[in-house]
Amino acid sequence: MSATPFLTLSALLFTIGAFGVLVRRNAIVVFMCVELMLNATNLAFVTFSRVNGNLDGQIAAFFVMVVAAAEVVVGLAIITSIFRTRRSASVDDASLLKY
Amino acid sequence: MTSLAPADGVFALLWLLVAIPLASATVLLVGGRRTDRWGHLLGTLAPVTSFGLGVVMFVQLLGRGQEERSIGQTLYTWVDVGGFSADMGLLYDQLSALFVLLITGVGSLIHIYSIGYMAHDDQRRRFFGYLNLFVAAMLLLVLADNYLALFLGWEGVGLASYLLIGFWQYKNSAAVAAKKAFLVNRVGDLGMTVAIMLMFATFNSFSYAGVAAGIEDASGTVQTLLGLLLLLAACGKSAQVPLQSWLLDAMEGPTPVSALIHAATMVTAGVYLVVRSSFIYETTSVASTAVVIVGLVTVLVGAIIGCAKDDIKKVLAGSTMSQIGYMMLAAGIGPAGYAFAIFHLLTHGFFKANMFLGAGSVMHAMGDDVDMRHFGGLRSLMPVTFLTFVMGYLSIIGFPGFAGFWSKDKIIEAAFADNVVVGVGALLAAGITAFYMTRLMLMTFFGERRWRDGVRPHESPAVMTVPLVVLAAGSAAGGVLLINSWIVDWLEPVVGAEVGHEEGVQPWVLSLAVLVAVVAGVAAAWLLFGRRVPATAPAGSPLTRAARADLYGDAINEGLFMRPGQYLTRSLVYFDNRGVDGAVNGLAALVGGTSGRIRRIQTGYVRSYALAMLAGALLLVLSLLAVNLT
Repeated sequence: MSATPFLTLSALLFTIGAFGVLVRRNAIVVFMCVELMLNATNLAFVTFSRVNGNLDGQIAAFFVMVVAAAEVVVGLAIITSIFRTRRSASVDDASLLKY
Repeated sequence: MTSLAPADGVFALLWLLVAIPLASATVLLVGGRRTDRWGHLLGTLAPVTSFGLGVVMFVQLLGRGQEERSIGQTLYTWVDVGGFSADMGLLYDQLSALFVLLITGVGSLIHIYSIGYMAHDDQRRRFFGYLNLFVAAMLLLVLADNYLALFLGWEGVGLASYLLIGFWQYKNSAAVAAKKAFLVNRVGDLGMTVAIMLMFATFNSFSYAGVAAGIEDASGTVQTLLGLLLLLAACGKSAQVPLQSWLLDAMEGPTPVSALIHAATMVTAGVYLVVRSSFIYETTSVASTAVVIVGLVTVLVGAIIGCAKDDIKKVLAGSTMSQIGYMMLAAGIGPAGYAFAIFHLLTHGFFKANMFLGAGSVMHAMGDDVDMRHFGGLRSLMPVTFLTFVMGYLSIIGFPGFAGFWSKDKIIEAAFADNVVVGVGALLAAGITAFYMTRLMLMTFFGERRWRDGVRPHESPAVMTVPLVVLAAGSAAGGVLLINSWIVDWLEPVVGAEVGHEEGVQPWVLSLAVLVAVVAGVAAAWLLFGRRVPATAPAGSPLTRAARADLYGDAINEGLFMRPGQYLTRSLVYFDNRGVDGAVNGLAALVGGTSGRIRRIQTGYVRSYALAMLAGALLLVLSLLAVNLT
């Protein structure tokens, strides 16, 4: 079984995620795109794990999931509190930290 | 140098000589106004006690054998740090003994005189405190057995001189004169400090004995350098050319101060230093020749300045410079001159203190006026002052039989034996001395009365005239020290014997020549000032105008040192403001401006950061790929 289709799919998902992070303004969507990128890398990890025949990649994928879960908790909390104070979920509105 | 005898018997009290006036000064200066009522009495008692002690010691010293006359007393270890150690030690020998008698003797008389002179000054107690401080420091200067302790006394007299010149500090001229004296003395002290450092570096010692032991084997450069540095120090303290400018201004101080410090004792410290360091000058002809040249120049400069001044104290100040020049000249000649330098120093101490106090008495009578053009015809009204002044006058011009005759004649004799040019200079100065002193006498005591309105001259009280009488007696009879060449033999163990004296000119021929010069000077003064003295000074010849301006001493100092110094500091300030500050401020402005532009990158938009991160990641990946593929 060739690994190429899996890796192609992974690259495709990653590109879509990265593009979404760059162009979308809604914080929730940006967040989802980040998740998409993370999962694209997970797919690549698992693929290479199968190709190489060891479990290292699988373990790395689990770690990424754990980190992503924690990140979702913190990230959603931030987005919620920003939405509460500013009545907006647009990332461009949260631009106070500048010169 | 002979070995030292221990300080036993009365000599164990050597330290008391210095301690008594010092303790008195402390009481008077710390005690403040509480001591106002009896301060002047305590202040007078201190030098009198020291004088009594000095006389007892001197008599004891006379009774001792030649080789037991150098008495050393180590008081305590002053500094002891690592390889550096200094003892506070005193040395009482034939030279110090004479100085102790001069300082405490003349000092006591001047203290007594000051009781009357300063009677109307409500700061009289402070005045006596400073005078005591001066006496203590001066005694330490002449009693020290090493250069470091001498330096302590040296600075002490400088401080006392500063305080006393500026005693009436509310007068701007007095404050400025004090500052000037202090600053000019610093220049000389620089020579002293460097000399002491050089001694310690070369001989690992700065005691007279230690330096004397090592000087023979030292290199010629060190010998010459030490001689010249000590000469610089002596020039500052003794107001010799080129550091002479402070002495004339120092006359701003009260007259007893001028008599004690700026005539009889402190200004002669330079001569003491040169004579005390005779072992150094024996080894270097360059430095001892420099001493002779400095002396000769000052003899003439001082005398010329004295001729043109109308201020009675400034005439005497010019005369002091000139007479100390004689001493320097004699000290530079070598063993043939040391004893006569000290002899002239002693006689000068008497007759100059006498004349300064006489001048003070006259000023007292004339309402503190110092302009001789306002005097005249005072001899009948102030008979005691006049007669004592005449004694000093006859002594300084070298009238046969008076003290100055013996001492000055001997110096001129030694000068001729050394070098004809020096001899002729000294002879010429003797004539000029006679001229300006006669002028002073004529303008003050003779001729018509040119007093200002409201001045009622009167003789001074006994407390002022008695010291005058004693000093006048000394001026007249000081020559007894030369009987049987006593003073030469007495000082021989300290300064070394004269070797191979060749008779250049017969002494009686020289004495005659000096007399002729003196008579010429007196006659010239009589012709010019004998009958009529204009109440305002005439314009005068260029030489007179130059002499009135102190031969442009101040102008030279200003042109040569002050102006270039000011230019230097101004350009340094400019460089500091523009150069150093400019570089620092410019750098700060550069950093500030750059960061002000760079911070525009921080937009605050998440997407731009994300794009930057992506670009960075891509760049990393591409570069990794590039490395791996090649």
